[in-house]
Amino acid sequence: MPVRSAPATAPVVELLGVTKRFPGVLAVDRVDLALLPGEVHALLGENGAGKSTLVAMLSGLVEPDAGTVRVEGRERRIGSPRAALQQGISTVFQHVMLVPTLTVLENLVLGMSWWRRPDRAELERRLAAIRSEFGITLDLDQPTGELSLGEQQQIEIVRALLRQSRVLILDEATSMLTPSGADELGALMRRLVKSGLAVVFITHKLDEACRFGDRITVLRLGRKVGELAPEGLAAMDQAAAVDEVVGLMFGDRSIAEARPTRLRKAEGAPILTVRGLTVTGATRLARVDDVSFDLRPGEILGIAGIDGNGQKQLAEALAGQRTVATGSITLDGRDITRDSVAERRRLGLRYLTDDRIGEGAVGGFPVATNTVLKEIGAPPFWSGGIERPGRIASHARELIDRYDVRTPDETTPIGRLSGGNIQKVLLARELSGEARVVVFNKPTYGLDVQNIMASRNRIAAIADASLAVLLISTDLEELLDVADRIAVMAAGRLTGIVANDEGARARIGALMIGRAA
Amino acid sequence: MSVSLETTPGEIGEAAPGRHRALVHLALVTLGPILAALVLSGLVLLALGVDPLAYYGYVAQRGLFSWLGLQQTLTRMAPLLCLAAALIVAFRAGIWNLGIDGQFLLGAMTSAALAPFLITVLPAGATLLVAAAGAALVGAVWSLLPALLRAYQQVNEIITTLMMTFLGVSFANLLVKLVFLDPGTTVPQTRTLPVADRLPTLFGTTISGGLVLGLVAVVVVHLVMTRTAFGLKLRTVGENPQAAHHAGLDVPLLTVAVFAISAALAGLAGGIEILGVHGNLRADWNPAYGLAVIPLVFLARFNGFAAIVFVFFYSALMIGGESAARRIGVPHYFTLVLVANLLILLALAEYLDHRRRQRAG
Amino acid sequence: MEALLTAAFLTALLAGAVAAGVPLLLAGLGEQMSEKAGVLNIGIEGMMLMGAYLGFLVAFESGNVALGFVAGMAGGMAVALFMAILCVGLGLNQIVIGIGLTLGVEGLTALLHHFQFSTTYPRLAAAWRLPVPGLVELPVIGPALFDRHPLVYLAFLLVPLLAWLYRRTALGLTLRAAGEKPAALDVAGIDVQTVRFLAVLFTGAMAGLGGAFMANVAAGIFIPFMTGGAGFIGIVLAMLARGRPAWVLIGAVIFGGALSLTTALQVAGLNVPTDLIQMLPFAAVMAVLVLYGRKARLPAALGLPYVRGAR
Repeated sequence: MPVRSAPATAPVVELLGVTKRFPGVLAVDRVDLALLPGEVHALLGENGAGKSTLVAMLSGLVEPDAGTVRVEGRERRIGSPRAALQQGISTVFQHVMLVPTLTVLENLVLGMSWWRRPDRAELERRLAAIRSEFGITLDLDQPTGELSLGEQQQIEIVRALLRQSRVLILDEATSMLTPSGADELGALMRRLVKSGLAVVFITHKLDEACRFGDRITVLRLGRKVGELAPEGLAAMDQAAAVDEVVGLMFGDRSIAEARPTRLRKAEGAPILTVRGLTVTGATRLARVDDVSFDLRPGEILGIAGIDGNGQKQLAEALAGQRTVATGSITLDGRDITRDSVAERRRLGLRYLTDDRIGEGAVGGFPVATNTVLKEIGAPPFWSGGIERPGRIASHARELIDRYDVRTPDETTPIGRLSGGNIQKVLLARELSGEARVVVFNKPTYGLDVQNIMASRNRIAAIADASLAVLLISTDLEELLDVADRIAVMAAGRLTGIVANDEGARARIGALMIGRAA
Repeated sequence: MSVSLETTPGEIGEAAPGRHRALVHLALVTLGPILAALVLSGLVLLALGVDPLAYYGYVAQRGLFSWLGLQQTLTRMAPLLCLAAALIVAFRAGIWNLGIDGQFLLGAMTSAALAPFLITVLPAGATLLVAAAGAALVGAVWSLLPALLRAYQQVNEIITTLMMTFLGVSFANLLVKLVFLDPGTTVPQTRTLPVADRLPTLFGTTISGGLVLGLVAVVVVHLVMTRTAFGLKLRTVGENPQAAHHAGLDVPLLTVAVFAISAALAGLAGGIEILGVHGNLRADWNPAYGLAVIPLVFLARFNGFAAIVFVFFYSALMIGGESAARRIGVPHYFTLVLVANLLILLALAEYLDHRRRQRAG
Repeated sequence: MEALLTAAFLTALLAGAVAAGVPLLLAGLGEQMSEKAGVLNIGIEGMMLMGAYLGFLVAFESGNVALGFVAGMAGGMAVALFMAILCVGLGLNQIVIGIGLTLGVEGLTALLHHFQFSTTYPRLAAAWRLPVPGLVELPVIGPALFDRHPLVYLAFLLVPLLAWLYRRTALGLTLRAAGEKPAALDVAGIDVQTVRFLAVLFTGAMAGLGGAFMANVAAGIFIPFMTGGAGFIGIVLAMLARGRPAWVLIGAVIFGGALSLTTALQVAGLNVPTDLIQMLPFAAVMAVLVLYGRKARLPAALGLPYVRGAR
């Protein structure tokens, strides 16, 4: 059980003027941070604000170049994850840090000395105590890889409790949860701080920081730009708090400018028709089960849902990367269910993958080569199978210009560009030539706010140019911003499609937790 | 230049920053390890009571600076160049074909079985052509199983190609002893292709015409891999198979193609060695060139032209080393020690260089 | 064919299978630990050969075979230390370094052998045997299994010992985590590099011991390149055993049997070409891979260096 010794006013862990520099970036710049027991400390900032680096420092993955770390008033080095754990600091990382092939029990005891034998009875006794205090139950013999991400997150929280942690860091913990799952996590955090823990809640979502945080620290470009103490927060209402934080996060710039405006609505007959599409998958959730929908030119159809519920499989089946078990895909009256990736691309069906570096680009190849990666061997870039470097380079330069890609030049390996710029290159590649239907899978995932807004505007513009867009996203706000209709996907099925109008949010929320709209 | 030895083979490639700086840099990470390897291996000689300077001097004299030795060196280059071409195709496409010794030997066996028979019914030119093509074909066939296992079952090709090499060496021996045995000799070997019918020598020297084939093989492979659509497809598969799949490439089919081309070149190397030098295949003959060419290809960073340079020096080392074994009494196993030192020091140099550049940002 | 069923033939086959199988067993068990921890230890062939050379040298010079085994283990570990420093510590390519070390040890031991033994070719006296009372009286399996060098018994005992360690202690979890998802092990407070380092050293010790057994017990002599691919067979055994020591044992006995078939057939009066027999184990591996290749699931992070914080 968590130790409840420290008086409520003294910080358990304190960072004083910590700084971390990576090649070319000042990731964290003289940041002070005090973690107090009994308090949910929300750490808010966009991508690149320095949140991950701070988490890495607290959990022993990186050491600060300058500044000091104090644990219960004494100066300490946190040189390894082991040292962090010994100081009572546990971290639940954004990407699950469990071994998928081990059982829940094995993951819970991972980290004990190698000669010791896991004591199941003892573990069960302590789990019973955790269950009664925090209401978390676990099935010890389940292989971890078969559990949902939410369940895996609970295992990591239990592991932290078993280790008698004094500080629990939750890194973007709601990104894999449904709205109701996020609320449950909020309630759990309440119970955890009540028991005396200091909880650090890292997020890039404003409303979550305001809803769950007792104290909010705002980071921007590696610097701490403000801190709202509990007293101050208690004095304002939610809206005032949000306003205050927005001011801190973005300076003078307002994010309200962003909402893209749609000029046109869908027109004419469907260009893409999907009927009874079924794709077998590796797990219970990650598959496509009897999915049907129509998509018309000029329309944006959004697919909402928790990550890992078959969205990627659906996108890949549409693009031709995944074999369809049953069902049909029709593009402009032509059955393309069995056509190759290349053939579908030629017919105007384009797919922008969410895995930009893993499968979208070849990191070691120059930007120029990546712009023609889906047209290897085709004229005018190749002639009789021989590369024409001049043509490829001028084509790449044109795209770099048109899509405002920030790169030294077209010969730079694409892996050296930022995520936002890689995204622009991939988008340019997918839209070049005769595109008619574009499938986007999580197009703004991992981008900073400016790039997110630019991407959404581009997607809206694509639909306005009478292309049909299928927009898969785990960010409901994004879909509500740009989509015409929104479908909800859960466990491989479309549980419903609603028009994006007044009240759409409520109906989608209902669909996501399994109730009919 | 990306980090070659710390990552998969396919990840090398694309790069050409500031030509002058690149050359200086290349010299540092290439010549440095070479010198260090010579020194370190020299210490081994010293420990064995052999004067390293005298040894290296003798090797250089025999392999490089005598006309006879130089001709032997250039002749030895032929099969090594073909093997280097085989490895460049495979490594650039991210395939660890470690089975080239088996493919080589079966290629040699095929040529040795075909040529002495064909010469009795066909003109010399056609005989050489068919025998060389046969060697390439058999080499390719020998890689089919690892290729299919890797392409469609994701079975690691390192293991399967090594197994096929052991299998191939024994199989070649078996065929020589049982099927293609020359009844006219007491030594177990195939029948012999007369010297006059072998690959023509160059310009009145003793240098085998195979050298030309080897050079052509390396240069063509280099150009195909760097300048054509097919080469780019293979490199894409090698660097990022997921991206290749995403881009609509048939990854399994391209994988099989890589194996086939690589193994065919290895088989051809065996054919060239028989058709140009030996004329027959003796049982239990296995020069095991393959494992030694791997370091050379790494040293050349999969660049065909650089590979030619390294193969030249390595051939000189082999010829000189074989001579030294007879004269100085240091067995040619020493070449293995030198190559191993070179490979490890090269990997280390790349690592240090990579670290240095990371620090510099 | 009746000749194949005689007691003499079966004894010869079984005895040969054990003699040829023990080095494979030791190498396979050693490699298994490296692979579990995520290191593809291609240098194992070199480790065996170094073990064979040093094991023989020390046994011959000191006249003490047991000391030879210690030296063999030390030799294997010395090569493994290079592998661990370069591949685990610095993260260099495991295949390139593995091949380099194997080539180097092949060359070095052949050179040393040339200068020390190539004129005399000394042999060790026949290996000491420790008959197991009672069991040795059994027909066929008695002389084949229970009248052997103590190391044979130790090698067999290692199988249940390792299986117990893997199943009952946190060792198995720790190794599997290092091979499947090293980052998860690291944040659980165990240093991935240390685990992998020690696993590679263990592989070196086992491979060195196996090599020393080859030279000192099975052959009684050191010959250059004498391991002849045994290390690579060890890698295959470890891959196919999917983490279970018992399967390494089964594989080692089958491969040992195939390797010893020539001698046994000669005992039975049949003359089958050596080359054909030598193909058997490798052909068997390929057949197994064709049939079960898909099931030979390897750890997800096998062959990949681990760098803390790199995502």
